[in-house]
Amino acid sequence: MKAMETFVTPTPSRVNYLNATYGLKSWLLTKDHKRIALLYLGSISFFFLIGGLYAMAIRIELLTPQADLLQSTTYNKVFTQHGIIMVFFFLIPSIPATLGNFLVPMMIGAKDLAFPRINLLSWYIYMLGGIVTIYALLAGGIDTGWTFYTPFSTSFSNSYVVAAGLGIFISGFSSILTGLNFIVTIHTMRAPGMTWFRMPLFIWSHYATSLVMILGTPVIAITILLLAFERLAHIGIFDPAAGGDPVLFQHLFWFYSHPAVYIMVLPGMGVVSELIANFSRKNIFGYSFVAFSSLAIAVFGFLVWGHHLFVASQSVYAGMIFSFLSFAVAIPSAIKVFNWTATLYKGSISYDTPMLYALGFIGLFTVGGMTGLFLAALAVDVHVSDTYFIVAHFHYIMVGGTLLAYLGGLHYWWPKISGRMYPEGWGRFSALVVFVGFNLTFLPQFVLGYMGMPRRYHVYPPEFQVLHVLSSAGASILGIGLLIPLLYLIWSMRYGKIAASNPWNLPGLEWQTSSPPPTENFELTPVVTWEAYEFAPAEEIQVVGKFRDTSVEEV
Amino acid sequence: MPVRRKESRNKLAESYTIGHENEEHGHPALQHHFENMEQQREASTLGMWVFLVTEIMFFGGMFLAYTLYRSKYPEAFASASNHLDLKLGAINTVVLILSSFTMAMAVYSTQIGKRRNQIISLVLTLLLGITFLGIKAVEYHQKYVDHLIPGRLIPLRPFDASGVHLLPGAAKQNVEMFYWIYFAMTGMHAVHMIIGIGLISVILFLSWRGRYGPEYHNPVEVSGLYWHFVDIVWIFLFPLLYLLGRHLEH
Amino acid sequence: MSEHIVPVRVYLAIFAALMLGTAITIWAGLQDFPGPLNVIIALTIAVIKATLVVLYFMHVRYSSRLIWVIFASALFWMGILFALTLSDYWTRSWFSL
Repeated sequence: MKAMETFVTPTPSRVNYLNATYGLKSWLLTKDHKRIALLYLGSISFFFLIGGLYAMAIRIELLTPQADLLQSTTYNKVFTQHGIIMVFFFLIPSIPATLGNFLVPMMIGAKDLAFPRINLLSWYIYMLGGIVTIYALLAGGIDTGWTFYTPFSTSFSNSYVVAAGLGIFISGFSSILTGLNFIVTIHTMRAPGMTWFRMPLFIWSHYATSLVMILGTPVIAITILLLAFERLAHIGIFDPAAGGDPVLFQHLFWFYSHPAVYIMVLPGMGVVSELIANFSRKNIFGYSFVAFSSLAIAVFGFLVWGHHLFVASQSVYAGMIFSFLSFAVAIPSAIKVFNWTATLYKGSISYDTPMLYALGFIGLFTVGGMTGLFLAALAVDVHVSDTYFIVAHFHYIMVGGTLLAYLGGLHYWWPKISGRMYPEGWGRFSALVVFVGFNLTFLPQFVLGYMGMPRRYHVYPPEFQVLHVLSSAGASILGIGLLIPLLYLIWSMRYGKIAASNPWNLPGLEWQTSSPPPTENFELTPVVTWEAYEFAPAEEIQVVGKFRDTSVEEV
Repeated sequence: MPVRRKESRNKLAESYTIGHENEEHGHPALQHHFENMEQQREASTLGMWVFLVTEIMFFGGMFLAYTLYRSKYPEAFASASNHLDLKLGAINTVVLILSSFTMAMAVYSTQIGKRRNQIISLVLTLLLGITFLGIKAVEYHQKYVDHLIPGRLIPLRPFDASGVHLLPGAAKQNVEMFYWIYFAMTGMHAVHMIIGIGLISVILFLSWRGRYGPEYHNPVEVSGLYWHFVDIVWIFLFPLLYLLGRHLEH
Repeated sequence: MSEHIVPVRVYLAIFAALMLGTAITIWAGLQDFPGPLNVIIALTIAVIKATLVVLYFMHVRYSSRLIWVIFASALFWMGILFALTLSDYWTRSWFSL
């Protein structure tokens, strides 16, 4: 068997979307969804670094039981800003705005998204929101917690609440426009033969995510506006002294912010579906179950927000309803985990870097999800509310889940995006470092929380110190594990081995065009006649090279 | 068998039945990433509907706040509502519904190619929209005169409910809550009207330049969707804000 | 979606209905009906008016099922916001009923 690329790429020339046009203007005024994805990639990485610096400050402070690094007001600002930056400027846009923007048109055989200029606008809006928020950080910061609870945020906080709120409000429109674009594109621009049930599961999950973006984000928009007016004009809508109800803020806030966590995790699940199926070289088990479970998560996710209000003087009866619904929302997620596991069974598994991240996701998301079930139980939640148990729970899903999926997807599609392969050895090494560092950081926090360590505190009883030190040690390992890919991915853009069009040898539509793709994605509009994940039987698989044999001219 | 596998891999190579050679750079308004005008039209209409969904959820939050506080302070809300100018509110309702009608007529005229009627209808829609805002301005000014601008929005003119006749059971403090919700909701509505007026102005200008006709009129239709939505919000705002407690003021 | 041109007489009829609805709303608002009837009548008429605008002025009557589903979902979602939030307030002695 020849270790040679045998696929016939339609594009003979070396012109692709990266080098088709040159100059800053061609990037800042681009309408190409792939370039916009890269613009997002850069900005999102920048905000991740800022959020990470805040995390570093938190973990260093928590090494000792006393307040020796930061004063309490400063500490309040640090964890608030860590939350705001990570949630609104990293997690929410991460996979949809980078991988989604890049791949959604390609996976359905379209030339671009439905509204390319609106796509570019969404990036500018995101940047504007980011700049306004950074202004708020630099001008003095916010200390209310990323949740902005009233009446502290409206009547008592002396920090830049309105400015930060404005930054988040603006960036919300970016989210809405992205979701709008995806929904319309998926409905109207699928290539001939690309039926709904032939679409990759990545598309299904991005469709579900877009539904959440469209239906949820406007509510946080109006909530922030009401918050700003309350703070500026003291109307009384959230102020008990004026006849208002502070819990109303929490209802409105969490009506969006709970579905928001599904905006964060659903795309990750879509990536994992791709990785598991493709790196097991096996059709996904239960395709329609996985597809429908994405929709179910999107819908059910809107019905459970009251579980954030169990100890907020919400009525017990409402609490019971939300508790029951919160148990129910775990079911579609569990269905996905079962299907991924069944896909792995008797698959031809290769432990490349993306697969390591995907396997890590399954394990860590399961832990995060199961602890979520503990929290859905009213009695348990009363005990661990506002403790490190909660912190550990959501970090297992956000970092152990979404971040790992993001990294896995980034590595998996890196050859398509950049035309280069990342160094596999370093990739696997840093995946393991991330996994070890992550668990060392957050597993102790479950114990801390259960033992009573409150969240958002920087002083604590000395008996908690051992666990905090373990957690901070883990954080430094995690930090290193995340820094290494940043370095070698940038390195690979110049010095990485040149990738073949289909380096993983896979049936997906995005792999049937060159790496990197031409600006219009496909030379000619494809006509799809095959199912998703249609792998050739084992005996027919030839060994194909990952790297382009530059000595052979492609036909 | 390698041959079969190679075939399956060359699916794309064999299936180029639709491609660039079929693409007529037909209609000047066809954007390059769409296959044909029908797809573009479908996408554009769907896009506006999805956007209207976000608007419904946006206003929904304020309607929720209204529902909760009205239920909690019914007498105060009724008293405050009775102080609004019902005549002006009713006129505005008629003006806005009429503008929806003229907007629908604008779309109709474009569809059948009657350019003169199209432009007249758009101009009427625009004028009616501006009239609505003008009447709203008059109402807001009245509130300013009556010291009914809530909170400290006007620094030297704090809210003062002395001029409002209080129904039995109403507390003065809660009257302010009504006015806050009134200004928030009608203010947001007015912002959307302004955006709508801007949108229609653009459509009017391009219509005058002859851009839209029976074979390409989707932008007019889609602007109409937005305008009708703004009308629908007012259809709910009017009874909820102006007709709360009229039946109690005997 | 086929290009359906709605005849002018339909638009005129809808417009007349909307005007009638407005008049009835104002009239009913000034009458003192027992209990919550005032609110119910006002909201019912508003819903009917909005429905007419959506179906005819916004052409949903002549549009694809997808558009109908999208619009209905938005209403349903607003319903979720209301219903579950009210499940808290209704069981909390919030309303002075």
